[in-house]
Amino acid sequence: MKQPAAVLGVGQTHHRAKRLDVSMAGLCREAIDRAMADANVDWDGIDAVVVGKAPDLFEGVMMPELFLADALGAVGKPLLRVHTAGSVGGSTANVAVSLIHSGVHRRVLAVAFEKQSESNAMWALSIAPPFSMPVGAGAGGYFAPHVRSYIRRSGAPEHIGSLVAVKDRHNGARNPYAHLRQPDITLESVRASTMLWDPIRYDETCPSSDGACAIVLGDSSAAHRDSAWIQATAMRTEPTTFAGRDQVNPRAGREAAHALWREAGITDPLQEIDAAEIYVPFSWFEPMWLENLGFAAVGQGWKLTESGATAMDGQLPVNASGGVLSSNPIGASGMLRFAEAALQVMGRAGDHQVDGVRRALGHAYGGGSQYFSMWVVGSEKP
Amino acid sequence: MPLSAPLRVGFDYTRSLGPVLGHFMTELRARRVVGVRGSDGRVHVPPVEYDPVTAAPLSEFVEVAAEGTVVTWSWMPKPLAGQPFDRPFAWAMVRLDGADTPLLHAVDVADPSAMSIGMRVRIRWAADPIGGITDIACFEPATNPLPTTYPQFAEPSTTPTRPSPQPAGADRLARGRPPGEGGGRAGDVTMVTTPIHLDVVHSVSPEESKYLRALAHGKLLGQRCPKCHKVYIPPRGACPVDGVPTTDEVELPDVGTVTTFCVVNVPFLGQRIKPPYVAAYVLLDGADIAFLHLVLGCAADEVRMGMRVRAVWKPAEDWGTTLENIDHFAPTGEPDAPYETYEGHL
Ligand SMILES: [Zn+2]
Repeated sequence: MKQPAAVLGVGQTHHRAKRLDVSMAGLCREAIDRAMADANVDWDGIDAVVVGKAPDLFEGVMMPELFLADALGAVGKPLLRVHTAGSVGGSTANVAVSLIHSGVHRRVLAVAFEKQSESNAMWALSIAPPFSMPVGAGAGGYFAPHVRSYIRRSGAPEHIGSLVAVKDRHNGARNPYAHLRQPDITLESVRASTMLWDPIRYDETCPSSDGACAIVLGDSSAAHRDSAWIQATAMRTEPTTFAGRDQVNPRAGREAAHALWREAGITDPLQEIDAAEIYVPFSWFEPMWLENLGFAAVGQGWKLTESGATAMDGQLPVNASGGVLSSNPIGASGMLRFAEAALQVMGRAGDHQVDGVRRALGHAYGGGSQYFSMWVVGSEKP
Repeated sequence: MPLSAPLRVGFDYTRSLGPVLGHFMTELRARRVVGVRGSDGRVHVPPVEYDPVTAAPLSEFVEVAAEGTVVTWSWMPKPLAGQPFDRPFAWAMVRLDGADTPLLHAVDVADPSAMSIGMRVRIRWAADPIGGITDIACFEPATNPLPTTYPQFAEPSTTPTRPSPQPAGADRLARGRPPGEGGGRAGDVTMVTTPIHLDVVHSVSPEESKYLRALAHGKLLGQRCPKCHKVYIPPRGACPVDGVPTTDEVELPDVGTVTTFCVVNVPFLGQRIKPPYVAAYVLLDGADIAFLHLVLGCAADEVRMGMRVRAVWKPAEDWGTTLENIDHFAPTGEPDAPYETYEGHL
């Protein structure tokens, strides 16, 4: 029988372009110490540790779990490493949940991080292997053609991407941990920003951040009165390329969402989810993922965005934290979505708290839109 | 024989050191070695930022000697690039006097017969210390008397004042210093650069080798899945959907349709094509999967989804086993392909 699992506490760093004041260990501990204080637990209470980080070339560290074991308090305990590219923060949280569900552990610490300033992700994502045509241009170069396909398929007007950027940056301005805090950004200023990977503009892309996130998970005996309960988790994967692959609305994402809603007992996610933290590194992915997740019919996601439904005061506030567009420590970005969803349920989101959140979605994707991980957290024990 | 070629990947990674390793490196620059005392009283050298027993942040620095004992060792008969010496030397775990944990470093001796467990060694400092582990150039047998007062080597007048132990962990949070750039006191070592280079041989599958050898003759060779009948170029050897071997070869024309694309305006490290350029998915006629290539021959803002394009090959004498034999794709001038013909490839 599956043991219920709950979020006992969350912590995150102040995300910045360069956190030169801390080592990788210190960066992780800034998030971990906050999460453990939030959960009111000490090291004796942690039974296992799960760590996640995005691809090795980003920091030039192949096995962070080796040199971070002391800093993560993992000595004498099980330590697992999870690796699913940009979705890794979400997958790491879900693996930690599975260790509670299994009944093996009472409390598990999940932590994810990225120190982008130690390298250059654009370089790392653009290495052309021999015999190929060297046209790759980072994550933006990969996703921009698929954003163009979405615009063509849905008939979305050109300003939708800019609307999302304005909304998420305004939200980020209310989040003290956010990297970009831009209360004065406007639709006009976003649309006037440089076209980096046409059709994606500078202001419609995520920043490059140093940061970490940590979550303490526990079973029923460890849960507090105001813990956020895990009502469902889902992960799915698909190949990067195959003939007929739908790059705009990937099957793995649709199937993960379908499984997630079914496990949570949700039949109409738009009505039943009160806040969503969705992995949107390029602004157009908000309407794309709204469709992929089933919040809107295929081709209709942009209408939900345009109507204001995804704003702080809308029907489905999306990325009240400012999202990936405001902070992108890649390996941690997925866990930040999961943690922010839990904060909304626990009522601890501060100035970016949405009123009356009983159920929230945390979502992450990675690779060439090929890894998906998500959870639903709620105030009611499942 | 499958084709292979070298792939070299390298980057000068930086490492923010934080308060503990930062202090260690700062002291090394002054030709002093410090460790940190753990909760059980052990002195860790090199210092660790968090206690291996309690996970608590550590900050009690302890200076140790520049001389110590070999705990164990191994011989390096043929040194690799980037190692401390280009002549044979020993690697040793050296426990410095005053430390409880050993430090890995090189010992400069001519022959393995000069090495033994328990032998005494001491630091030979680099001529120009910079604040890195290589400030310890190596260890050498401690057979001769020390040239200066033990354990200090450095002239006191040239070394900075010793900082008091810095607060760490929760203390750092509690102090409320805004996080971000900087850290450490002025003049301290806060960062090291660690160049990391990978030299690997990249080999491709037998099927892709055949495709590449055909490219060297100006031909585009794909493979068809016997089950779903989809044509893959480059060929995969197995259909990613059906998992069955793909054995039927299909020669494809060098004409196709742009399914989708982006205009790359951003310059970046390692970029091999000067921006702005159009990176487009080209679906060759008869293929069921598009590949990324360059579109030239018209203004970037004239490239369209559905545009018909043809390969512009480099001169035949420049051809090799690479897709770069096609310099770029250029518009054919035909009417655009109807949307329905490529919408299943987006
Ligand atoms: Zn097939």
